[in-house]
Amino acid sequence: MSSPTSDSHGHAGSTKLFAWVWLWLVIITGAEVYLAYKHLPPVTMLLLLIGMSVVKAGLIMSYFMHLRFEKASLVWTLIPATIFCIGMLTMIFPDGVRLRDSHTAPQGQVQPK
Amino acid sequence: MSDSHADVLRESPWTGGGSPYSIGSKKLGMWLFIVSDTLTFAALLLTYSYCRLTNPNWPKPFPIFNAIVFTTIMTVVLLGSSLTMVMGVAAAHRGNRASTVKWMLATMLGGAIFCGLHATEWMHLIHDGLTPFSNKYGGSPLFGATFFGITGLHMTHVAIGVIYLGIVATGFGRGKFSAEDVEVSGLYWHFVDLVWMFVFPMIYLMSVKY
Repeated sequence: MSSPTSDSHGHAGSTKLFAWVWLWLVIITGAEVYLAYKHLPPVTMLLLLIGMSVVKAGLIMSYFMHLRFEKASLVWTLIPATIFCIGMLTMIFPDGVRLRDSHTAPQGQVQPK
Repeated sequence: MSDSHADVLRESPWTGGGSPYSIGSKKLGMWLFIVSDTLTFAALLLTYSYCRLTNPNWPKPFPIFNAIVFTTIMTVVLLGSSLTMVMGVAAAHRGNRASTVKWMLATMLGGAIFCGLHATEWMHLIHDGLTPFSNKYGGSPLFGATFFGITGLHMTHVAIGVIYLGIVATGFGRGKFSAEDVEVSGLYWHFVDLVWMFVFPMIYLMSVKY
């Protein structure tokens, strides 16, 4: 990849760099669609797809949204807090697993707590 | 207090002076909006996942041909519009107004095509009996509610983005808006693209009908 360049207004990046990022985004999207053809277990599939989506989100934020060229203080203010809040939202899932097990288990084996 | 000390305080980030992130207030405001909107979409996608986890009879209504191929084309169109937007922002920072407007119009065209394709897909699903309140595919009726809720909110963002870019492109072309305004509108557009990078795999690719 080409090294980033800055103009007099502090905007960084070059056409070649943006084209490379776009190409990688399309390639990863292609890999995701390819995975959809495979009969993988749902959890494996979900982890692979989310992993690739996080990489794509990182590329978009870093280069298209310019975070790679901003001050680190902005990144440290925005990103960890957002990840923490999303992490807190996942606290509903243990209850989801409990409900799923109570639906799928034979009658009388698993009692909802 | 000496004048020099007062000057230092006025310029200190803690007193509202200076710029701790070295960006303008418009850009910081857009970033804060993006964080809040990220949490909105995260809550919706996690709700979708919860509903799916707790309903063993979750439908898988998207065959590779044509649904997945169709939505893949939509994804590439949206990614392409992000590339044209970033080119527009770069042109704006170079001070090239004509080029900026041209790239932004290309971005708007990409957004409009995405909305058109998405509406076509919706009409197909509605024709097959999937609505927010009914599900003729069989399985949980929550699928229609969550599917239309999430993709509808995203499509609303895209439609608003097309209008927003039109306003900024017009203003920038007439010299009323600055390059920062173009960059801030670009942040919004890239965010809309970013959200789709999670909606596409979680809703479509995880529900492929083999």
